Amino acid sequence: MSTSLRIDNARLADGTAINLLARDGLIQAMGAEPVTGSAETVIDASGLTLLPGFVDLCCNLREPGNGQKGNIASETRAAARGGFTTVCASPDTSPVNDSGAVTNLIRDVARSSAAIRVLPVGAATRGLAGELLSDMVGLSNAGCVAFSNGTRAMANARILRRCMAYARTFDLTLMLQPLNDALAADGYAHDGKVAAHLGLLGVPEVAETASVMEMLLLAEETGVRLHLGQLSCARSVEMVADARQRGVSVTADVAMHQLVFTEEALSGFDSRYHVLPPLRTEADRKALLKGVEAGVIDAIVSQHQPHDSAAKQAPLGVTEPGMSTIESVFSMGLGLVQQGELSLAALLRALTAGPAGVVGAVSELKQGGEASLSLWDLEGQWHATPGNIQSRGAHVPVPGRPLSGVPHWTVAEGRVVYRLD
Amino acid sequence: MTDLPAVPALLDTLEQGLRRYLEERSIQHPLLVGIRTGGVWVASELHRRLGLDEPWGELDISFYRDDFSRIGLNPRVTPSHLPFETEGRDLVLVDDVIMSGRTIRAAMNELFDYGRPSSVSLVALLDMRGRELPIQPDVCGQQLTLPPTQRVKLVGPDPLTVEIREVKA
Amino acid sequence: MTDQLASSLSAHDMASRNLQLTSDGQLRHFITLDGLDRAMLTDILDTADSFIEVGERTIKKVPLLRGRTVVNLFFESSTRTRSTFELAAKRLSADVLNLDINTSATSKGESLSDTLLNLEAMASDMFVVRHSQSGAPHFIAESVTPGVAIINAGDGRHAHPTQAMLDMLTIRQNKQRFEGLRVAIVGDILHSRVARSQVRALQTLGAEEVRLIAPGTLLPADVDSLGCTVEYDMRKGMADLDVVIMLRLQKERMEGALLPSEREFYRLYGLDTEKLALAKPGCIVMHPGPINRGVEIESAVADGPQSVILNQVTNGIAIRMAVMSMAMSGQVAERASRSRQQEGE
Repeated sequence: MSTSLRIDNARLADGTAINLLARDGLIQAMGAEPVTGSAETVIDASGLTLLPGFVDLCCNLREPGNGQKGNIASETRAAARGGFTTVCASPDTSPVNDSGAVTNLIRDVARSSAAIRVLPVGAATRGLAGELLSDMVGLSNAGCVAFSNGTRAMANARILRRCMAYARTFDLTLMLQPLNDALAADGYAHDGKVAAHLGLLGVPEVAETASVMEMLLLAEETGVRLHLGQLSCARSVEMVADARQRGVSVTADVAMHQLVFTEEALSGFDSRYHVLPPLRTEADRKALLKGVEAGVIDAIVSQHQPHDSAAKQAPLGVTEPGMSTIESVFSMGLGLVQQGELSLAALLRALTAGPAGVVGAVSELKQGGEASLSLWDLEGQWHATPGNIQSRGAHVPVPGRPLSGVPHWTVAEGRVVYRLD
Repeated sequence: MTDLPAVPALLDTLEQGLRRYLEERSIQHPLLVGIRTGGVWVASELHRRLGLDEPWGELDISFYRDDFSRIGLNPRVTPSHLPFETEGRDLVLVDDVIMSGRTIRAAMNELFDYGRPSSVSLVALLDMRGRELPIQPDVCGQQLTLPPTQRVKLVGPDPLTVEIREVKA
Repeated sequence: MTDQLASSLSAHDMASRNLQLTSDGQLRHFITLDGLDRAMLTDILDTADSFIEVGERTIKKVPLLRGRTVVNLFFESSTRTRSTFELAAKRLSADVLNLDINTSATSKGESLSDTLLNLEAMASDMFVVRHSQSGAPHFIAESVTPGVAIINAGDGRHAHPTQAMLDMLTIRQNKQRFEGLRVAIVGDILHSRVARSQVRALQTLGAEEVRLIAPGTLLPADVDSLGCTVEYDMRKGMADLDVVIMLRLQKERMEGALLPSEREFYRLYGLDTEKLALAKPGCIVMHPGPINRGVEIESAVADGPQSVILNQVTNGIAIRMAVMSMAMSGQVAERASRSRQQEGE
């Protein structure tokens, strides 16, 4: 079945005019001059900015698993609205994506119900228990683009080292969230000022940095391609930069909410801001922003974690961590750009080329390339409220506060997957 | 405008009335208990005039009021102070103004939480109409009738004067 | 950074204030001392003084909360604390319902919310909440219908405001005023909700210095942000003290490698006659109880002339009567203003 789509009168982020014709998912023509040729769908994009489709390295789609929190259809719809055209599905589903059968299931469901491309990430260890290696090669053959242990730590450094050595043998990418379990213990808040005042159980900074250091040393030794996920500390950024200079093959990402909020968000025991790693200090936030600007941090991720309302309706410490972010990631980033905290170029790089490079996806808009893109009214504003979002997770980060940038269209592989009503 | 009575004259009347009353009832050793704040001023004045040996007591009825559901707790509550045993004694409850009678009801409830007195009598400097409970003073300085929008208040302690205040209907 | 800290804390204080006070500044919940000013804390102490007088009468009961239902909602069992709240409520003539709720059954939010809905259906007027999670009373105050007063009887490591206020009452009885006082809190600050509330109360009431005396393992990570002086050496820390508050040490602390042994702790941080002699002569000794004799405090000190530990128990009932009647009063006033507004519409 042939599909065709033409976009007239759009502008690129740098302001230059752009017109585009796509057929069968690929860009046939694009340029500053109007493109000719009829198409089934014609979008007059006057006043809208055309951006390449975003790539998310860390997204929880909740399928297979508990449909109460979301599923591939609902969460990819939400992602499409957020301007994403590719998401990596984290392996901490139920059952865990630690076998080719689960990977196939995810791909089958995605084929029939996902709005956008879903790249499964396999579990590095069986059941994410951190003790036995999963069949990484089999998972890779089934379609997993990288391997992660979700939010769980490896049982010990020996297993981490063997996991890396094995992945290295087959040229597989490990995407790990650095966390020393023993140091983090039962913590759920940054072990700082707010935790001291409110008597919250703290996750000290060193629970992350000690693990970053360990992972970097082991990656250096084993030569594995390591991606560090969801950094939260200034020191972690420094260590990644140093390791890169030494030639260690390491990339890194940060969740958008870490660039926007700090530990202060927990002052009123607000369970929405219960995330792991926890929101840290203003100094950390600034350092993470610098890391993104300088390219030390390659990608900004959504770390989208939709939940049913009961999971967040409880005293802070017993709520489940995570925010429903995927629809507001770009808007939060645009807010940072408008406040002068981040350049638009760095923001776009961290949502497109940066993450695409980590998992070998494409994000560039070019003649003959994939027509995955979104069109935004960058001047517009919207409110994310539990009632007006696509995700099943109603715990949006900033209800009531206007968000910058309204998505009008998202096109994935030439198909319109989101349009503003 | 009603003529306001002078407090010293009212106290004279009250003193004479109380002396007579105590004599009639053969009460030799009364204990005076003033209701805060105006009643305490009146009680201390009567105490001086009667030349009583034992100290007078002070009641703060905030915890006993019947309008908690409507207006809540008095934010300036201070402890009641009854520096004597009340069991088996003749108490004289003193207030500045009696109107609805609700304050006296509250005060009597409070008094009985200290023990079982032999008798309780009531003295009020001014008696306003508008009783809502079957409570009457045994001795009073003067009866006073005011328009419904006016209330009388004892101001003190030095000097003690009576003021009229407008209230919202 | 310091400015930012001050402004962010005041935002937190603002939020706590808005949660706990009615629009005209009356108490309607009593959850934390954050956001309550000196005048409010002084009002609580003054009101408690009146209730102390009530406790000395033949009949120790006033009719303030007659016909109201107070539910003691204890998700963490504590017979002692529950009893003082129960007695306080009964002395205010309230009907009291004691519910000890097994936390394991309600560790998921759904069932806690369900429990609350059920209790609301019973037309409760006040919940006295004890919970092992910091912030649980906040959550309950925000999720129950208006009109139910929430009194915090201790939440996780966060706050135990009635305990702190009864300690303040004890200090005021002994020292008359807070200005100029140097007060030390000794022991397991990290896990102590009592200590957090005491620090806040002392600072708000104007104490000269609040000193925390503990080993590094029993202090919170960002202890400096609490605005206290920190002393590791107790002998040095006793200098110039007017008040020393000893905290209870839980046995579990040895298992988590926070401390080597009770014996070593007692030698370093236990209050004995010799260490007490290093404080000011009139220094009073306090302990929220129950005491581990020979672990936190020597018997001779606990039972000695400088100890005011027993006064603390008496004051506990009066403080609880004060905050319960004040919070109920605020709810009553708010209800009245709500119905006035409805009539006005």
